[in-house]
Amino acid sequence: MAYFVAAEIDEIRPGQRKLVQVNGRDIVIFNVSGSFYALHNRCPHQGASLCDGLLTIAVTSKEPGIYDFDETRNVIRCPWHAWEFDIRTGRSWCEPNRFRVRSYKTEVESGEKLLEGRLAVQSYPVRTDDTYILIDV
Amino acid sequence: MPEVEVGKSAGVIDCDIHPTLKSELDLKPYLSQHWWHYLQTYGQRTRQALIKGTPYPKMSPAAARRDAWPENGWPGSDLTLMRRQHLDHHNITMGVLNPLHPSGGELNPDLSAALCRATNDWILENWTRHEPRLKASILVPYEDGEASRREIDKRAGDADFVQVLLLSRTSEPLGNRRYWPIFEAASEANLPVAMHVFGYSGYPITNSGWPSYYVEEGANHPASCQASIASVIFEGVFDRYPNFRLLVIEAGFAWLPALSWRLDKLWHRMRDEVPHVKRPPSEYIKERVWISTQPMEEASRPHDVVSAMNDIGMDRLLFASDYPHWDFDDPKFGLPPALNAEQRDLVRSGNARKLYGR
Amino acid sequence: MVLRDLRAIDCDMHPVIPHVADLAQFLPPQWREVFESRGIPDFDSISYPPNAPLSARLDWRPPDKSVPSRLDDFRKHILDRWRLRYAIGNCCYGVHLIFSEDMAAALAAAVNDWMAKVWLDADPRMRASIVVPWQSPERAADEIDRCAADKRFVQVLLPAMVEAPLGRRHYWPIYAAAARHGLPIGIHAGSSYRFPVTPVGWPSYYVEDYASQSLAFQGQVASLICEGVFSKFPELSVVLVESGVSWYTPFLWRLTKYWRGTRSEVPWVDRPPIEIARDHIRLTAQPFDAPDDPAVVERILDQLQSDEILLFASDYPHWQFDGDAAVPNGFSHDLLQKIAVRNPLNTYARLHEAAA
Repeated sequence: MAYFVAAEIDEIRPGQRKLVQVNGRDIVIFNVSGSFYALHNRCPHQGASLCDGLLTIAVTSKEPGIYDFDETRNVIRCPWHAWEFDIRTGRSWCEPNRFRVRSYKTEVESGEKLLEGRLAVQSYPVRTDDTYILIDV
Repeated sequence: MPEVEVGKSAGVIDCDIHPTLKSELDLKPYLSQHWWHYLQTYGQRTRQALIKGTPYPKMSPAAARRDAWPENGWPGSDLTLMRRQHLDHHNITMGVLNPLHPSGGELNPDLSAALCRATNDWILENWTRHEPRLKASILVPYEDGEASRREIDKRAGDADFVQVLLLSRTSEPLGNRRYWPIFEAASEANLPVAMHVFGYSGYPITNSGWPSYYVEEGANHPASCQASIASVIFEGVFDRYPNFRLLVIEAGFAWLPALSWRLDKLWHRMRDEVPHVKRPPSEYIKERVWISTQPMEEASRPHDVVSAMNDIGMDRLLFASDYPHWDFDDPKFGLPPALNAEQRDLVRSGNARKLYGR
Repeated sequence: MVLRDLRAIDCDMHPVIPHVADLAQFLPPQWREVFESRGIPDFDSISYPPNAPLSARLDWRPPDKSVPSRLDDFRKHILDRWRLRYAIGNCCYGVHLIFSEDMAAALAAAVNDWMAKVWLDADPRMRASIVVPWQSPERAADEIDRCAADKRFVQVLLPAMVEAPLGRRHYWPIYAAAARHGLPIGIHAGSSYRFPVTPVGWPSYYVEDYASQSLAFQGQVASLICEGVFSKFPELSVVLVESGVSWYTPFLWRLTKYWRGTRSEVPWVDRPPIEIARDHIRLTAQPFDAPDDPAVVERILDQLQSDEILLFASDYPHWQFDGDAAVPNGFSHDLLQKIAVRNPLNTYARLHEAAA
């Protein structure tokens, strides 16, 4: 596994997303409240592009009629059949052990540090003044 | 599901694509002043409460794939996007357009007939005449058998129409005599009748009342189709109209063998009640009923789905995408990988070519 | 004969009340007066027209061709003949058809008392389901509490078609009462005819009416699961009685598929519906809608992916099979033993207890 520079943080504001190609893979990066999450951009069901999906909250419930809306349970809903995937782990909410999408570790690093060669990176135009999102692919 | 690469050889015939109006204005050129005024004043009304939306709210806006919205207008309203995203992308060699709005379920029977006529005109002028890959269904005001017959007779000679369309939640079981003129006209025109799920019968969507949730509505669609298949069999429709063929769309299919078996047992036990039904129900189903693959069945063990397909007959299943709706089946990944090449070709196009005579 | 060796438990037979007058002695005087003075006839249901072939097998009918209704008939045809261990009586007399909840409650109590006296007292092998006035879930719960004291009542009986899908919260007092007493809910084919028997209206023929029972079970399974009945009542089991069986697994596939995308609508359904069903729902094995082909029967059984689901049943006196062929060809001997004894014992906990 190696870290690749995928995007500048300014490109993906909170609530936004970006589809990138990294090391031959389509990966969608989400910014949820300032944290970055990266998922393989392909729903394991029928192959839809998760980048086109809805970023939302997975509601849970311990009892019929009582809805638990915990806003930390971020999911991407597939644009087709609406399967929910946990942003952090890529696991589906319906059957977490059976259906999941690959999730990738992300890091944020300054251009300056990157140019120092602190982390292994692929070639990507990196400027000292900017900050970048790295994905471990 | 694992990826299955599909060769570029055979294209796909998609028996269920949903075109939509950009707005009601699209129909204005095809409606009389009276009906345009009526539509603007009283609107469309069906056997349910809401002016906009549906009684059981969908999971996504317009029940559509989130990636199927054109820049302007509703999903399914833009031929350019449909071409790019679906027809070209999936090598659809023939797609059948099934408009769901307006439907033949409009309460005012004359408005219903006018809307169906207008929609059929609209589809020709805006869709099939511009895109040779697209064919259409004749929308009929199905609660009025004679008005439906007139519409079918009018359209029968036009090669752009490949079937007659009605919705599955009719106000009586489909074999009821009020619908016989539809079957007669369709048979004479050598057109199959497609029964697509939805519509509003005016009765609860289960025979024990109204469920709470949309998921239940989805799960219960086959029940209406099962009742109507039993009805067309036991009312003797297949005997009466030897050329009548029925295509069931968007109800899935794995339920069909069990229905066949149940109806056979009952017919054997109580044939004296229905002496006009000359043969076991399963024979009519095997010869005169076709069924779309969408929504594709998902069993814990994939080979169980193929078993169900074999029980029905691999020659009776027609691929449908349901584009642009959310429960869309992708032609590449929506069929069981375990199908061999011959089976795949039958389902993806061969069976439809035969049914539609194209 | 293998059947006699099984010492099976028959999970569905139908005691018949010949005339409403037979219930008179079990009704309070006020209701006796109502029935007599108003000339209320019997509550026979069009679900089983008495002379229709399905309603009673020809060779089981007495000389007058009526529907066999006496314990002696059942002993001769099934109970003694098959050497049953137990038989569970599901009395489908038309309590469920009545509109007045007071009348329904009175009649339900009378039917249960009749059942206890005429069947349970008369034969130690007999057991029964509690007939309840579904029209009032609270009073249904009261009747469950009343009858549960008699340990020979092993189940609560509900018809497959009422006024709302059975999973609706409105009906939960019934499930609370059943769960309190460790009783399963038996949902039995039949309609209260509050709505047409199909979602598309009234079919012309009886054969269609009976065919539509399987639609009812589909809707009820969806409702029980989607409304979270098994989440609210984790110990509850439900038996689908006289459903036809082969519709079941394909239906669960579809329900589970839809649930994957609609999970957020019913978030208390926290695992696949097909798994919930496997833990909580059982089916009686007669009728078994399949062709006379062991390979097809085996495939239907295999697709259930569990040998704990089916329960042996005669569905007496309905004409579902000929001779003693209560189970179609295709059941292994091992499975036959399980459905005949182990599964019923696991489903009906009270069968382990001695009769009162």
